[in-house]
Amino acid sequence: MNSMRYSLMIALLFALVMCLFAGSLLIGPAAIGLKASVAALFQGEGEMVTLVMREVRLPRAILGALVGGALGLSGAVMQGLLRNPLAEPGLIGTSSAAALGAVITIQTGLSAAFALALPLAALAGALISVGLILLLAGPRGTILTLILAGIGLSALATAFTSLVLNLSPNPFAASEIMFWMMGSLADRSMLHVQLALPFMVLGALIMARTGGWLKALTLGEDAATSMGVNVTRLRILLVVATASLVGAATAVAGAIGFVGLIVPHLLRRAVGANPTRLLWASALGGAAVILAADVAVRIIAPDRDLKLGVLTALVGAPFFLNLILRTRRETA
Amino acid sequence: MNALLDVENLSVLRGPCPVVNAVSLTVRAGEFVGLLGPNGAGKTTLMRGVLGLVPAVGRNSLLEHTPEARARLAAFLPQEREIAWPMPAGDVVALGRIAHPQASARQNRQAVENAIARMGLGPLRSRVATQLSGGEKARVLIARALAQEAPLLIADEPTAGLDPAAQIAVMDVFSAHAKEGGAVVASLHDLGLAARHCTRLVLLEKGQIVANGTPQEVLTEENLARVFHLRAHIEWLDSGPIFQPLSVISG
Repeated sequence: MNSMRYSLMIALLFALVMCLFAGSLLIGPAAIGLKASVAALFQGEGEMVTLVMREVRLPRAILGALVGGALGLSGAVMQGLLRNPLAEPGLIGTSSAAALGAVITIQTGLSAAFALALPLAALAGALISVGLILLLAGPRGTILTLILAGIGLSALATAFTSLVLNLSPNPFAASEIMFWMMGSLADRSMLHVQLALPFMVLGALIMARTGGWLKALTLGEDAATSMGVNVTRLRILLVVATASLVGAATAVAGAIGFVGLIVPHLLRRAVGANPTRLLWASALGGAAVILAADVAVRIIAPDRDLKLGVLTALVGAPFFLNLILRTRRETA
Repeated sequence: MNALLDVENLSVLRGPCPVVNAVSLTVRAGEFVGLLGPNGAGKTTLMRGVLGLVPAVGRNSLLEHTPEARARLAAFLPQEREIAWPMPAGDVVALGRIAHPQASARQNRQAVENAIARMGLGPLRSRVATQLSGGEKARVLIARALAQEAPLLIADEPTAGLDPAAQIAVMDVFSAHAKEGGAVVASLHDLGLAARHCTRLVLLEKGQIVANGTPQEVLTEENLARVFHLRAHIEWLDSGPIFQPLSVISG
């Protein structure tokens, strides 16, 4: 795998993301012409078209790229860290914990009173889950304890979410919770972008600094350590980075499954299976998939508010099953 | 000759019981040390302790360096032949260069080419490493350790699963590495191979060194009987020793 082919692939993926980003800006229920929409994006004040473009579609497209990138990147990181192709970003419990935080604000009515209560509570949930997982898995803990701690935390957070739903006296809140948990990018504002961006940048920066070590783990922890990689520190940093990416993504978009699992798979062969190179390819791939899916939900059912997470799961699950079949054939 | 490894009273505890018990060992440049001992004698734990992969007490020259510097002093070939991702074999070999973040692209390429040539991996370099046979994978991983270009090479059962020709080829590569001023410490179960190729043998039993010297000094009838429960036929010829285990001594 030479670096020229890799650079070319990254460039192509980037171009694809740009096209889909433009598509996301230009396609929507308000039928605005190509020229008018571009013009409205850069000039004009207060007109309806300008408002739709700047306040509705632009944040939605930006969030699509950010959330997709975060999910793709953290999926690739988790698979590289755990050396398991079936690992996914939700494995360390962050998304369930973030969802629990969000659900509590919907249930208590906080989210209705204060728009940013929901994403802030989701971020707090994510933060608490990272603290807990690092505490549970321990600084010297192995990969196995990390997985087990993640499964335990996920189960606990999901159980609490069910409890909230179960005890909810308000059927409207319950149905809102259900819909929120399906994951969507509809009706998000620039405030959501501002909220998610710092955490995603933090996560991406940590990964940019430590991602180079990830490929050493291909040979196991002992070999990686003997090559000078501080595996313990790497594990902690990557867990924190994943949590901040996934926590921010869940906070603004709800639970969107399968993207973090599938995208690294689709691109693994193309990067020569190098876990470090897979990071950035997956980030772009994830952004492309979410942008495409978010355009698709608008085209497939413009007036039914088809949820993004439902679509990614519907398309992603068959991919996942196919993956299991392929793994079975390869190991048979 | 300078010592590439110097440990004194190294002990590794698992719970209260020592798996490696007060081992002192010095390995100098030019030596190819075979680490012998029955299963459970502590060979792997000794190697991991020496490399700082498990907490150990005692003096250890390698641990006086930072992990980054240590990676350029000692390379390790673990017993588990783990390659997690379907990377091309050549890329797996290149992973050894992680230990040299400051090296130029040319130095890296040179080191990888040397390692591939030494292990005869030219025809395999583009093949997907996870699809190679066990023996081929082992050779790829040995090349990875060589590409690290550390003077001391610590290998845990490097010849396990290799065909006879490949086993001898690996021993020859290690001998050459030692002759060029490096040193090798390899755990081995094939006593004949160890006797023929190693410059020194270290015999471990229950975490302690019970014999340490030339093959002729270590592979005595008494040591073989006591440590391995083996009766064997050994002939020390000018062309090298011939070793053949004959029977198990029961009781």
